[in-house]
Amino acid sequence: MRRVAVIGTGHGRFGVRKDATVQELAFEAYREAVDEAAIDPAEIGATWVASVPEYQKQRSLAGVIQEYLGLNPRPVWLTEAACASGSAALHTAWTAVAAGLYDLVAVVGCQKMTELETAEILALMGRVGDVQWESVFGSTFPAYYALFARQHMARYGTTREQLAAVAVKNHYYGARNGKAMFQKEASLEKVLSSAPVADPLRVFDCCANADGAACLLLASAERAKSLGGEVVWLDGLGSASAPMSVLRREDLCSLPSAVEASRQAYAMAGAGPEAVKVAEVHDCFTIAEILALEDLGFCAPGEGGPFTLAGETRTGGRIPVNVDGGLKAKGHPIGTTGVSMAVEIVRQLRGACGERQVAGADLGLTHNVGGIGQYCFVNLFRRE
Amino acid sequence: MFDRFGMITLTRFSKVGGIVDELLAGRFVASRCTRCGARSFPPRADCSECRSGEFEFVEISRRARLLSYTTIHAAPTGFEDQVPYTLGVVELEAGGRAMACYGETLPVDSELGTPVSVVPCVRGKGDGLRAYYTLERREEEADG
Repeated sequence: MRRVAVIGTGHGRFGVRKDATVQELAFEAYREAVDEAAIDPAEIGATWVASVPEYQKQRSLAGVIQEYLGLNPRPVWLTEAACASGSAALHTAWTAVAAGLYDLVAVVGCQKMTELETAEILALMGRVGDVQWESVFGSTFPAYYALFARQHMARYGTTREQLAAVAVKNHYYGARNGKAMFQKEASLEKVLSSAPVADPLRVFDCCANADGAACLLLASAERAKSLGGEVVWLDGLGSASAPMSVLRREDLCSLPSAVEASRQAYAMAGAGPEAVKVAEVHDCFTIAEILALEDLGFCAPGEGGPFTLAGETRTGGRIPVNVDGGLKAKGHPIGTTGVSMAVEIVRQLRGACGERQVAGADLGLTHNVGGIGQYCFVNLFRRE
Repeated sequence: MFDRFGMITLTRFSKVGGIVDELLAGRFVASRCTRCGARSFPPRADCSECRSGEFEFVEISRRARLLSYTTIHAAPTGFEDQVPYTLGVVELEAGGRAMACYGETLPVDSELGTPVSVVPCVRGKGDGLRAYYTLERREEEADG
């Protein structure tokens, strides 16, 4: 298989975007990626669109996106894996370039979540789990992560303050990211005293629904090298699944799909967690970031809380995590998130992140979870 | 028949819809593969061990232990009137796990590992009939 590079990145503003349709959001990111790579769009052989369709009124979204980007008659389709849709699209696009089917492709993550009425959002929220045996008892998305948090607290002594430290950190970096939904710091007191959602998780333990888009351009090694300069390669891919139902999960303190996906990605890239300089992990809830630190091997099981509180996940720490604000402060347009994570890592590897830049970043990781871990993708990006 | 299972209807039809009749009769049941004998809770029509599609319901012990729980303050559609309500996941002594709401006898601050019983419940009549189960307090020595 051929080596595959990321040659262009684009990222729109995340938040409540009352000013734009989903295809207009997609165009913001696409324009930035094409301009950055300085390529002729006629070179784009195919497009993968990542989006979770039930949030938009438009059916069969991929067709509309391709038309609006002006890329007909080249092929396009939708890739869906809940909150990991973006990484699923990237993974699939990578295989097509690696196999030699295309030399240059686009991956477009786009999502408009705030167009639905509150009642529609609440109905969707009540159907994230197994609808046959769980949702009929009133489970919600935060409820599942609350079940994980409760177990983690009981088994390892993880505290509310340690959970809150994740939110405080991510808001600190969100305040320094011009594309983030919440560009405002949050104090420990504010996080701890926010309204309960699913005990022990509170409002500030949860990410927010958002609108927004991000775009990546992938190219073959030959095409990437012809552009000159250093290249960022997607060298390690891992993907795995786990039971949808929490009733069929062996352990509530780890996402087995994340452990398996990271094992694959590290093996493929020939690098372990100690070599990773910067990471984007799926902090849909504060406990999710702590589970990710442990599942990815950045710290031992049970140490995610103290590790975070000690500042090891800030710039200057052992492994800077979510220094773009994460899902927590940047916002979580669910289909877009995986693409957004990759954009941040590629820019970190290029040294383009200003005051959020991690010094010496040459190997970066993304960890993107769908649902409560029924899907997980881990990718490793390398600059050389 | 499955549309009567749980607190609200999301899944109308299932091959294991007969669980509703079992709960109406006061029986807490798992599915049992009639070919290889593998038991499953939640019930499943298709055996995960031998792939057989033949199964029967068998009554199982209600005894369980609390694995984790959460009190929900932000409710989804159909549960607006019930907040705050507490939801638990329990490990069944007979194997498998169940998710259910706390019944009146189980204190919301019970520690993980607390012995509980999974108790069949019936509510309403006619079109409003619901069959489900709740988590109730269990004295350790009593036979749940």
